[in-house]
Amino acid sequence: MVNKVIYAVYEDPELLKSAARKLITAGVKVRDVFSPFPVHGIDPIIGLKRTRLGIVSFMFGVFGLSLAVLGTYYMSIYDWPMNIGGKPNQFYYQNVPGFVPVLFEFTVLCAAHGMAITYLIRNKTLPGMPGRNPDPRSTNDKFIIELRMEDNQQHASEAITNMLRETPVFEINERQC
Amino acid sequence: MNFTLSKRARTIPLVLIIIGLVMAVIGFTGDHTDHKQYTWAAFYANALFFFFIALGTLFFYVVNHVTETGWTILVKRVYEAIAAYLPWGALAVLLVLVAGSAGLHHIWPWMDTRTLDTADPLHYDAHIALLSPYLNKPFFWIRTILIMATFIFFARWFRAHSLRMDQETGEALIRSHWKNYRRSVVFILLFAFFSSVLAWDWIMSIDVHWKSALFGWYVFGGMWVSGMITAVILVLYLKGKGYLPQVNSSHIQDMGKWVFAVSFLWSYLYFEQFLLIWYSNIPEESSYYMVRIAHHPWLIWGMFFINFALPMVLLMSRDSKRTPRYLIGVGVLIFIGHWLDTVQMIMPGSLGPHFEHIGILEVGFFVAFLGIFIRLVLSALAKAPLTVVAHPFLEESVHHHI
Repeated sequence: MVNKVIYAVYEDPELLKSAARKLITAGVKVRDVFSPFPVHGIDPIIGLKRTRLGIVSFMFGVFGLSLAVLGTYYMSIYDWPMNIGGKPNQFYYQNVPGFVPVLFEFTVLCAAHGMAITYLIRNKTLPGMPGRNPDPRSTNDKFIIELRMEDNQQHASEAITNMLRETPVFEINERQC
Repeated sequence: MNFTLSKRARTIPLVLIIIGLVMAVIGFTGDHTDHKQYTWAAFYANALFFFFIALGTLFFYVVNHVTETGWTILVKRVYEAIAAYLPWGALAVLLVLVAGSAGLHHIWPWMDTRTLDTADPLHYDAHIALLSPYLNKPFFWIRTILIMATFIFFARWFRAHSLRMDQETGEALIRSHWKNYRRSVVFILLFAFFSSVLAWDWIMSIDVHWKSALFGWYVFGGMWVSGMITAVILVLYLKGKGYLPQVNSSHIQDMGKWVFAVSFLWSYLYFEQFLLIWYSNIPEESSYYMVRIAHHPWLIWGMFFINFALPMVLLMSRDSKRTPRYLIGVGVLIFIGHWLDTVQMIMPGSLGPHFEHIGILEVGFFVAFLGIFIRLVLSALAKAPLTVVAHPFLEESVHHHI
């Protein structure tokens, strides 16, 4: 019975949070939570690691800035210096104020797109990918806790179910995977 | 819980005032400019800087009323205490304006009536004559008095109303909250206009031949970020002393975020003003930057680096805004950066080649004003309960979590 998954369905994010807190204090490991909208403050309760998306975004931003510096340098200083409004084009630093809007826009473009695409890939939610949602009601008005028996081998599944029944649960579903 | 000034909090400002005044006197005796203009300008730059801190804080405080922001309620009294400096700061600014108007110094060239006299070819200035329907003393004083009176009236009213709300409960409290809200909307509308006008009148007209449509916003960005830095440093100081126990790291992070965000607003406006003038390269526009960048490249680019690059890199991560010592350190750096910004707004324009580098006068007045500012803000803080007693959003602020 190691491969059993338990889904505890709740009707309210606050009920779910109190139930999750109860489970964690009893030593049960919660694998994931599915909800129609982000449940505020659930991350520290179920012990989710802090997102590293900000670091990814920063790295994409640095990448974009470097690429834009390289591009403006090659195009407007090295390969074909152009006289625009009499601005000096002998050296990069002399002409850099004129490049600032491009550098800024390209940094933002790379940071934003890089972050969004990384997010979609990491969540396996790129367009066309199969949904991994266990219960379509969690996109509407239900909040679901996912417990896996492989994470909780020290507990019997009946014990966990009994524990869940003590919380204000709406329904409990079990599934083999 | 009430804030009480410790012995150190009483002596340190006093020591600062004395050190600052001694430095200023030494600088004053070495000031060989006509009309002691250097002393006036150094005094004015510092008077404006601290006045702007109070004004920027008042603005943010009122924006919180208009947007009905909940999380700032716990630190509301800190904003009120900083804004309580406003009348005193206004007094210092008005002193220089009155002296200029009376001809005691010539920081504002257009205040000298000889510039309008066609019979005096040595002093006559056709451009100032062209601007005289706007830049003349009576109209200038109408505007200045209107602006100052509005700011001081609202600063005092909001403070008094906030203290009144402490005594109220239930329906009366809600009614007071809506009254506060309506007054705040009026203030924001007036501030939107007056913040630009004061920048034109008090600062931009020093370089009277130069105009910039963005100047008002740029000054406004500077005052806002200075206020945000001061508020977060003061809250961290109070927390370090064991006050404000309910203010948690989420509040601190959000206050740090405001420093971070408004730094970008300021940088954007400063650089946009520079970029357009650099690009179009029209003599009457670029003269402003020639005076500054050609003679003081380290001051200009140094202050731009401190105010833009430092907050961007040092305040980007989440942890940096949750580590009090680190946040105070960065805050002090940016605080100095915006002081340098105010100095470069005032000094090169009012002194021309007499301003070579930042000297003992600027620093001396800064130290003295800092002492006065700290003393007045801390005593305003001690006059009322440190956290509001009653407010519709108090509960929300206590449970603030991000």
